Amino acid sequence: MNLFTLLEMAADAMGDRIAISHGDTDIDYAGLLAASRRVAARVRATAATRLAYLAVNGPAAPAALFGAALAGVPYVPINYRLAHDEIAALLARIPGALLVTDAAVTAAGITCLTPAELLADGLSWPGEAPDDDRGIAVELFTSGTTGAPKAAILRHDNLMAYILGTVEFMGADEADATIVTVPPYHVAGISAVLSSVYAGRRMVQLPAFDPGEWLALVRRHGVSNAFLVPTMLQRITEHLGTTPPVVPSLRALAYGGGRMPLAVAERAMDLFPGVDFTNAYGLTETSSTIALLGPDDHRTARAAADPAVRARLGSVGRALPTVEIEIRDDAGLPVGSGIAGLVFVRGDQVAGEYQGLGSLLDADGWFPTRDLGWIDSDGYLYLDGRADDVIVRGGENISPGEIEAVLLAHAHVRDVAVVAVPDQQWGESVGAAVVLAAGAAVTAAELQALVRGKLRSSRVPALIRFVEVLPYNETGKLLRRVVRGDLSR
Amino acid sequence: MSVQYNIQYKAGAKLGSTVCDGQILVLRVPAVPIDLRIGGAPVAAANAGAERTAIDAALAGGIQTGKRYTDEAETMEFLCTRGGAGSISVNGAVLGIKAAKALPSSD
Repeated sequence: MNLFTLLEMAADAMGDRIAISHGDTDIDYAGLLAASRRVAARVRATAATRLAYLAVNGPAAPAALFGAALAGVPYVPINYRLAHDEIAALLARIPGALLVTDAAVTAAGITCLTPAELLADGLSWPGEAPDDDRGIAVELFTSGTTGAPKAAILRHDNLMAYILGTVEFMGADEADATIVTVPPYHVAGISAVLSSVYAGRRMVQLPAFDPGEWLALVRRHGVSNAFLVPTMLQRITEHLGTTPPVVPSLRALAYGGGRMPLAVAERAMDLFPGVDFTNAYGLTETSSTIALLGPDDHRTARAAADPAVRARLGSVGRALPTVEIEIRDDAGLPVGSGIAGLVFVRGDQVAGEYQGLGSLLDADGWFPTRDLGWIDSDGYLYLDGRADDVIVRGGENISPGEIEAVLLAHAHVRDVAVVAVPDQQWGESVGAAVVLAAGAAVTAAELQALVRGKLRSSRVPALIRFVEVLPYNETGKLLRRVVRGDLSR
Repeated sequence: MSVQYNIQYKAGAKLGSTVCDGQILVLRVPAVPIDLRIGGAPVAAANAGAERTAIDAALAGGIQTGKRYTDEAETMEFLCTRGGAGSISVNGAVLGIKAAKALPSSD
């Protein structure tokens, strides 16, 4: 299978429908197909082994994704926010690549051209897209929040399974549009392109997120759908204050890619009362979404007086019909509902492999996400951090999530990160970096007493440090490695 | 059906009708040869310029772009990549549309 089929079908069935709006430029599906054929011709002319993309989102990114597929080489989007030496280290891992970039990059074995040059008039590759068994569509460098970035491999078969299993062809109305704010190097940036093209939903690209600009573009383009990472949604709610925006075209707002604080979700629902909210949980290694908390779940939870029902807003929902999710204990055995453990996932969209490391799938096809969580009796999945973030205090495993939840419930605590800190007696103990609301005065002893009143004494942070802000990366991932380093100093 | 065209197909193969515009992509097939037809006539490689023959009026229900077609036991699955006037049949039995649960957009 080959992803290029998705674009061919769209161009064939709705060639004059607008595919991409970027600034004042509109490109229809026939135009995107033609651009992708030119991209493929450029890849083949340089005999490139990969097509890498190091630039902000723009029309060249979807053309590069599909053009690489047609040329039969992996598409490798790279994080343009990385430092110069980090980018150099990644480029050294993809020799022979053709690199699309505006930046002045010189790297051995890499040929560069700008996004404008990639899209410019030129030869078109007229051939059929190759159908290589287990052909690689995308290589995505993981964000490396815990170590050096790994190159996750997504094969055509994985991404096709995700799209065909979750998106209805031409399911969008011609007037629909989705606003794309996630960067091209994020798996959600890849799935946004594939889903939108297959659904026939116009992509309005916003390369540099800003809440005011986001609202202006939603109004200007009559945007119907949006996907945001939690930090973006939080910034929009802060930008709005208590005044709901006038965005009558907006029908659906999906979010995912990191932990969504309950308060932000509730506030967002109140600010966008008519909008359908969907929480999507997925990983790079699973070709994006594997579980969904849908609009009805959101409304029921928001309106509920019963705290147990209300808590469902903190769930990431139920597994897609095409995916199985299972919780296992440390010995690898499945556990029953309500019992916490390691999250495993299986399905055709699950890739679970890295360049140089091979497949992490077990003999039965299950992928260990390294996320911790539990599933309730109705099949709703709740996440509780990463296995790698567990604090091991004197042989006792402590998950930061429950401690963070207690601290966040304090009226003056705005954000918190609980991490392991070195401890001479226990090996590790609990440390907390706490962001207080502006002007608030809260002591460490007060917060320690709060935790002691709710949880076992081993959970009480031995070290609490008040900080101005926590370190997040641009897509809303908390950089626990940085917090750990700061608190251990 | 007098002649059987039993062929072992593989996932990823793109096939075209010889009686209409219909094209399909093989998503999943059993590990045995099958007699795969659209509109009553054996399929050919897509875009191969095969000569058109007449559609079997009994197999003219049509296929729609973007729909997935499967047999009753769901042992095989084909994606219609271009609609056409003929129906897909395997070993004489017409395939039906695979029902898909509508999901909210999460991208």
